[in-house]
Amino acid sequence: MPVDSMPTAMSELLVRLQQESPIPMDAELRCTGGQLLALVGPSGSGKTTLLRALAGLVQPKHGVISCGGETWFDSAAGHYLPARKRRVGYVPQHFALFPHLDVLHNVVSGMLHRAPETRVAAAHDLLERVNLAGLESRKPGQLSGGQQQRVAVARALAREPQVLLLDEPFSAVDHATRERLYGELAMLKQTLSMPMVMVTHDLREAMLLADEMCVLHRGRTLQTDKPLELVARPVSTDVARLVGIRNIYHGEIAGHVPDLECTQLRFGAAMLKTPYRPELIPGSRVQWVIPSDGVVFHRRDRPSHTERENQLQGIVDTVHKLGEITRLAVRMDDEDRSLLWLDVPSHLARRNEIAVGVAATVSLTVAAIHIIKDNS
Amino acid sequence: MDWQALRLSLLLAIATTVLLLPVSIFTGRWMAESRFRGKILLEAAIATPLVLPPTVIGYYLLVGMGAHSPLGAGFSELFGRPLVFNFSGLLIASVLVNLPFAIQPAQRAFEAIPQDVRDAAQCCGMSFWRSLWAVDLPLAWPGVLTGLTLSFAHTLGEFGVVLMVGGAIPGETKTVSIAIYDQVQSLNFEGAGSMSLLLLLISLGLLVFVNLLGRYAGRLHAYRNV
Repeated sequence: MPVDSMPTAMSELLVRLQQESPIPMDAELRCTGGQLLALVGPSGSGKTTLLRALAGLVQPKHGVISCGGETWFDSAAGHYLPARKRRVGYVPQHFALFPHLDVLHNVVSGMLHRAPETRVAAAHDLLERVNLAGLESRKPGQLSGGQQQRVAVARALAREPQVLLLDEPFSAVDHATRERLYGELAMLKQTLSMPMVMVTHDLREAMLLADEMCVLHRGRTLQTDKPLELVARPVSTDVARLVGIRNIYHGEIAGHVPDLECTQLRFGAAMLKTPYRPELIPGSRVQWVIPSDGVVFHRRDRPSHTERENQLQGIVDTVHKLGEITRLAVRMDDEDRSLLWLDVPSHLARRNEIAVGVAATVSLTVAAIHIIKDNS
Repeated sequence: MDWQALRLSLLLAIATTVLLLPVSIFTGRWMAESRFRGKILLEAAIATPLVLPPTVIGYYLLVGMGAHSPLGAGFSELFGRPLVFNFSGLLIASVLVNLPFAIQPAQRAFEAIPQDVRDAAQCCGMSFWRSLWAVDLPLAWPGVLTGLTLSFAHTLGEFGVVLMVGGAIPGETKTVSIAIYDQVQSLNFEGAGSMSLLLLLISLGLLVFVNLLGRYAGRLHAYRNV
């Protein structure tokens, strides 16, 4: 259903935007109050442009943006509210604090809608909420990256926004700070009732924090779903690649076994059991994917085989040691001589003497195999 | 020491600076933010006084403000005196000649404000005027002040344009640099020397001030490197 024909809840963000230039955009988004929607995609996919359009910092050519029952942009009606008239909490990538103002007055700057005599007290409350009490008189230049991020979040919330927009909020802080801030944002999120949209190129970040995830590529929103669902069931191979799935193959639907609730997929000489999809026509060529965590490596001393797995033989083609994890590619004997990628703990790789050229047995978990109808 | 000439120079420099204050702020900010066809041409036009010989600028101003020009004729009609060879004409010429000195540093200062800081101001709900007053000017004022200081110093030392447009009428258009020239012409090297030394000291002092402002401006934007 197109987003503008969906019923609107009071605190819901609805977006449908199209333009050809200067940056192509074809986006549909919906985010309800209290939910965090992560916009993910590679650099240059139009994530920040889309976020700036939501904020009212760029005007798209066509479409509709409405939030909390209020229309911010409607090209057909010639209606456009600029950023300063939208109640938007915006946290830019590098925080964009006002360098000449102290922490307190950076937050007060976001409170122009409040009565002047209430601003300072409200700013103190907000700073306490983001654990910055005591730093009110510091200038941004005297703060660490993590503290700057919290000031930026406090300033965004100071606006009492109808939507909170976060542009790569963790990209400008070090790894340790980032891990801590994830926890803080997750806690803060539980207390907020407005829709939240976060741009990130980091899938892990999106998986950790988002309720919904939207994959964006060349300005187009390709799929929006719950993060785990999206990674498990991408609608196209493009989405699969964008969410980091490397195991993408061709196959043929061999038939269905209703009694066993499975669909059989021919992959080279192998017959794979996959989740039951009776709508798929036997004989049709399809593409299918499996995330690397759906692939099980068999120990030489303890081979196993259960009904929930498809066992395959191959030859180890590539071994990348990445600290505690070793990334393997096993060459299969299908017609494409495809590589199957999986990660195993490095100690297991050592113990099993995994090396390039050795024979390997792997199992594909039935439930993890996803057949893509749309072979885009 | 020709005190009358010195007083006139200071008056001209102050009036020029005051008139250029709003011009530098609004033109500088507009030029910093805007992308439009012909911007390069406009920037080149503003910078022209930096490279043209003062006599050439003076010639065009003399023709443009002379009694036969629409501007000169209009002024004469209104005030009953010509625009050239009096203080008003000198002031107009001085403002035009100093446009690049005032606008360019201001424009660079406004350009140095990161786009996301301006975006943040808008998302905080700030209007154009509030954003100018609360964010842009506090960050760009060293550039604006640098431009005005350079204009002030340049006006004190301007010679060619003043001579072409104003002549050397004592108390009306005879500025200190023309007075120095006159003193040398009449072989009064002592008078010329004292006035030259005074101008040298003022110019040196103002340039030191400008350099200090430049360093301060660098620190204003330094928070990003933390």
